[in-house]
Amino acid sequence: MSQPKVPVWVNLALIPFINIMLAFLVSALVILAIGENPIEAAGYLVYGAFGYEEGIGYTLYYATNLIFTGLAVSIAFKAGIFNIGGEGQAYIGGLGVGLACLAFDQTMPFYVIVPLAIIGGAAFGAAWAYIPAYLSARRGSHVVITTIMFNFIASSLMVYLMVNWLKQEGRMSPNSRTFEESAWLPYMHEMLAAIGINIEQSPLNASFLWALICCVLIWGLIWHTRWGYQLRTVGTNATAAIYAGIDNGKVTIWVMLISGALAGFVGLNEIMGVQHSLLLNFTAGFGFAGIAVSLMGRNHPVGIILAAILFGALYQGGSELAFEIPSITPEIVVVIQGLVILFSGALEHMCKDRVEAFFTRTSAA
Amino acid sequence: MNNTTSPYAIELRDISKRFGAVQANKDICLQVPAGTVHGIIGENGAGKSTLMSIIYGFYEADSGDIEVGGELVNIRTSEDAIRFGIGMVHQHFMLVENFTVLENVVLGAEGGAMLKGGLDAARKELKRLEQEYNLDVDVDAVVEDLPVGLQQRVEILKALYRGAKILILDEPTGVLTPQEADHLFRILQSLKEQGVTVMIITHKLREIMASTDNVSVMRQGQMVAHRVTAETDKEELAELMVGKKVRLVVDKEEAKPTNVALSAKNLSWFDEQGVKRLKDVSLELKAGEIVGIAGVSGNGQSELLNALSGITPLSGGEIHFNGEVITAKNKKNASQMRDLKMAHVPEDRHKMGLVTGFEAYEAAILGYHNSEAYNGKILLDRKAMLDECNERMQKWDVRPADPFLKTANFSGGNQQKIVIAREVEQNPDVLLIGQPTRGVDIGAIENIHEEIVKLRDSGKAILLVSVELDEIMALSDRIIVMFDGAVVGEIDAKDADERTLGLMMANALNEEEKAGGQA
Amino acid sequence: MFETLILILDATLRVSTPLILAALAGLFAERSGIVDIGLEGKILGAAFAAAAAAAVFGSAWIGLLFAIIASVALALIHGFACITHRGDHIVSGVAINTIVAGLTVTLGLDWFSQGGQTPALTGDARFTSITFPFADALADVPVIGLIYSELLSGHNILVYLAFAIVPLAVWIIYKTRFGLRLRAVGENPHAVDTAGISVAFIRYRAMIICGILCGLAGAYLSTAHNAGFLKDMSAGKGYIALAALIFGKWRPVPVMFACLLFGFLDAVAVRMQGVQVPGIGEVPVQAIEVLPYVLTVLLLAGFIGKAVAPKAVGRPYVKERG
Repeated sequence: MSQPKVPVWVNLALIPFINIMLAFLVSALVILAIGENPIEAAGYLVYGAFGYEEGIGYTLYYATNLIFTGLAVSIAFKAGIFNIGGEGQAYIGGLGVGLACLAFDQTMPFYVIVPLAIIGGAAFGAAWAYIPAYLSARRGSHVVITTIMFNFIASSLMVYLMVNWLKQEGRMSPNSRTFEESAWLPYMHEMLAAIGINIEQSPLNASFLWALICCVLIWGLIWHTRWGYQLRTVGTNATAAIYAGIDNGKVTIWVMLISGALAGFVGLNEIMGVQHSLLLNFTAGFGFAGIAVSLMGRNHPVGIILAAILFGALYQGGSELAFEIPSITPEIVVVIQGLVILFSGALEHMCKDRVEAFFTRTSAA
Repeated sequence: MNNTTSPYAIELRDISKRFGAVQANKDICLQVPAGTVHGIIGENGAGKSTLMSIIYGFYEADSGDIEVGGELVNIRTSEDAIRFGIGMVHQHFMLVENFTVLENVVLGAEGGAMLKGGLDAARKELKRLEQEYNLDVDVDAVVEDLPVGLQQRVEILKALYRGAKILILDEPTGVLTPQEADHLFRILQSLKEQGVTVMIITHKLREIMASTDNVSVMRQGQMVAHRVTAETDKEELAELMVGKKVRLVVDKEEAKPTNVALSAKNLSWFDEQGVKRLKDVSLELKAGEIVGIAGVSGNGQSELLNALSGITPLSGGEIHFNGEVITAKNKKNASQMRDLKMAHVPEDRHKMGLVTGFEAYEAAILGYHNSEAYNGKILLDRKAMLDECNERMQKWDVRPADPFLKTANFSGGNQQKIVIAREVEQNPDVLLIGQPTRGVDIGAIENIHEEIVKLRDSGKAILLVSVELDEIMALSDRIIVMFDGAVVGEIDAKDADERTLGLMMANALNEEEKAGGQA
Repeated sequence: MFETLILILDATLRVSTPLILAALAGLFAERSGIVDIGLEGKILGAAFAAAAAAAVFGSAWIGLLFAIIASVALALIHGFACITHRGDHIVSGVAINTIVAGLTVTLGLDWFSQGGQTPALTGDARFTSITFPFADALADVPVIGLIYSELLSGHNILVYLAFAIVPLAVWIIYKTRFGLRLRAVGENPHAVDTAGISVAFIRYRAMIICGILCGLAGAYLSTAHNAGFLKDMSAGKGYIALAALIFGKWRPVPVMFACLLFGFLDAVAVRMQGVQVPGIGEVPVQAIEVLPYVLTVLLLAGFIGKAVAPKAVGRPYVKERG
């Protein structure tokens, strides 16, 4: 009865590699189609992302957002839920971060504001995920459709709040006032300078460390606690979960709460780390990009960090590329991202089945 | 219709089909005379459904020939089968529930790009078919509003409308009331009179005796006997079906049952479609005995296990267990039942008993994952899990004794040992155990049986469900027979033999009494 | 007051047109069992293809043709992933939306060097308004004149086409063999398979229809409603169409009314900007904007009626024993 085994590295490394190569291949065709040299383009891209300190800083700064949203999508995936609402949860979570900063930056010291902002981001993001989760678990709503709708509702809500309540008096643009410096997350170059290491300036800030901590926490939660045990059971075999006496609805709800909270942390990086004020559209598609990151990272924190750095590099390298070759826009990165979702997500069986069949055939022979 | 050169409507020669390691059909030969009702009988897993799927083009046989009306045919899709005049009524109806009867009938045989003409023609044709074959049904009714008996008629009409000359019915009475079943038999008779050849697949002896001209018996993928129905009887068929197996002997002493450990009264359960799957089942389990539930699978055994173990809430009745009374209102989920010291080895370890993606030491705590034994304050106590898993793997001789191996990669017997060890080692008061040795190798079977007896001798109550009759007979102290969701008989294991149990499982003993006067 | 109402309704028709086309596209897809959240991407891709081709060839009709080709190609990619490779419908839809969002801008910049936009379209490169006979002459007739000349007359051909497609869709879905099979395959693909019909072939045809309709919707946006392509110009219309599809319970006429309702809300929102409503004060535009989404969420949760999707929607069909 035992199934023929496919070597572990095939699933963990080879198949993701083939998928990303397919995505790159198609992207290269697009670049060829617009009359540029894909290899040259790749060179600029890699240089832009990793060639100098500032570039690396930007790469990791983008990766920070992607780690948060990637983790958010994957913990839900692990429980068999497709949370497509990361964008809205990040947006509202950012509101929570911003409100915490605006409320306390004039009265509290830095070390009090940081935990408050983390709680604010988590609570607001989780709250935004709670409604679709509740409706799905208890009223049978389709969680995908509901979370999509909640992205739009979040967007309108933010416009309303920014324009009518949070906009700085006397300004045209819908931005809040700039926070006091006590509510700024320190930049990486500042922190390193404090211990005597000098690097170039970049927007990379302390939230990157929090993202790494979240990876460890989520890894521990999923693989080393009974709650994680339950969520993995629900996600892989819902019938076995009922047999084990696990309340699938309850698991759905708290997993979505965690997912929303993680997405909400995008606000730490963007609002508290870089912009230092509340503004519109700071999520900039990172919520959706989290889907690509989690698919690419095989829903494992280590994979997510790697995938987030890869996509962060694409974002940063894409800007460099657009600068060097003006006929290419940074949007080429969005194309690559979409292709990764296509090949490692929607068409996952296409390569996987063939590669696995190849290995089971050779191992049987 | 072509001129019949062969006396057989359909003839199969040496049909074989293999799924991986399982030989589902082996060298099947079958001749079905035109214009007869032919029964195919066998236990679950005997290969009947596979054979019919081959005839209907769902599967292609690995080897062998099919002749329809004397001509060699190649049936690769359902479309081919339909073209050769073969119609099939599936066990689970293939109907679009929110369509009307008429729409369902014309689907795939619309007779043109526009519906209007086809629907009108079908309406007329259905009138004729209804009269000819005694098949009344309101063609404008929506299928989901019809009782199952009528839905089945729609399926038959569908096949006839497509010009089926050979009609295959797969377990046709599984969902029917006795009255509906009787009506079906009358329909089959009129079909026969009109020259249609009918093949019925079933495990119910009564149907075979009541409606067929000839009967073929399948066992373990092979055709083992052909009989003229009038020249055989239920006893012979039951024996042919079950076969004379090597008698399984389990070394055990006389049971010494003591107090009642669990009692269930009038348990009932309705499925999502509102069909009553458990019909007022009452039973008692005493400490120190093994009670076996015999029955052809699909007669309520799984539902009983699910209801007792808390997987599905009761629709009615009550369970008395360790001081609790569980009812439709006072629900207990599977986890709460475990806390009351009930353990459950589910029938299907892949679907339910294990998470095959988990490593062995993780699968070994499924259902007990909240227990203090495996948990620190926050984190799972991996060391405790691993130590225990290693210890059990030694004790139960699980091979390979590797707690980090994915459960999917263990053999069936070793997977089952992981599940049984998990449940038995919790020292439960009641153990529910379904198909303990399904897909398990011989050596492990003996081992598992010994452990079950040992558990009984330590004063536990055990409820055993198995489709293997000899397993039931070898292990049980008392045997309860289920049929159609109800308990239809109870017998002391000492008095049980295959023939008696076979008849009880087909509900043949009761139905003879009931046949006349049932309301 | 009456004139304002007519103007709002007039705007409603214009705003609803792409919604109706896209929602009907989604209807064909979902009735066949394919969830399509890639409507958005197809509209955007079609809008770009239409504007680009119209700019190059100077003909709105050639633009329309290219819009349909682009959109059908995207629909077939979705079909290839979901039907042939049993991929997740949602993931595939997200992939298509993402790819198109990036690709339109990338190609647009290369082809037209206008920051991802296409050149402004004029003359024959746009679908222009059709004025009904005597519209001007009748404009002064009270009530009817205004309805005739303002509301009914003066739209471009795609608006009329969208409304004409609604009865056509009804006819296809309920009166033809294809429609019967389409409805069946979304409810119970096994029944269709056992009836000897290819499930995949029906689903692919449904996706082609879906592509054509999204193509019309996209062309409308860039060559009729606007005069050129703008980055992300679909602006969530695909998702609103999806909401309308659910709101209309997967039936063409109710879906059309849902689109009209959502279009009406949009038209009202524009009008309400800065307007003081007696007793309430200023109603925030966003409150009206979110109504389609909020209503859909409430509907899905069963708070207002019940939306029952085609039973087999979103599930890959794997042939198995009966």
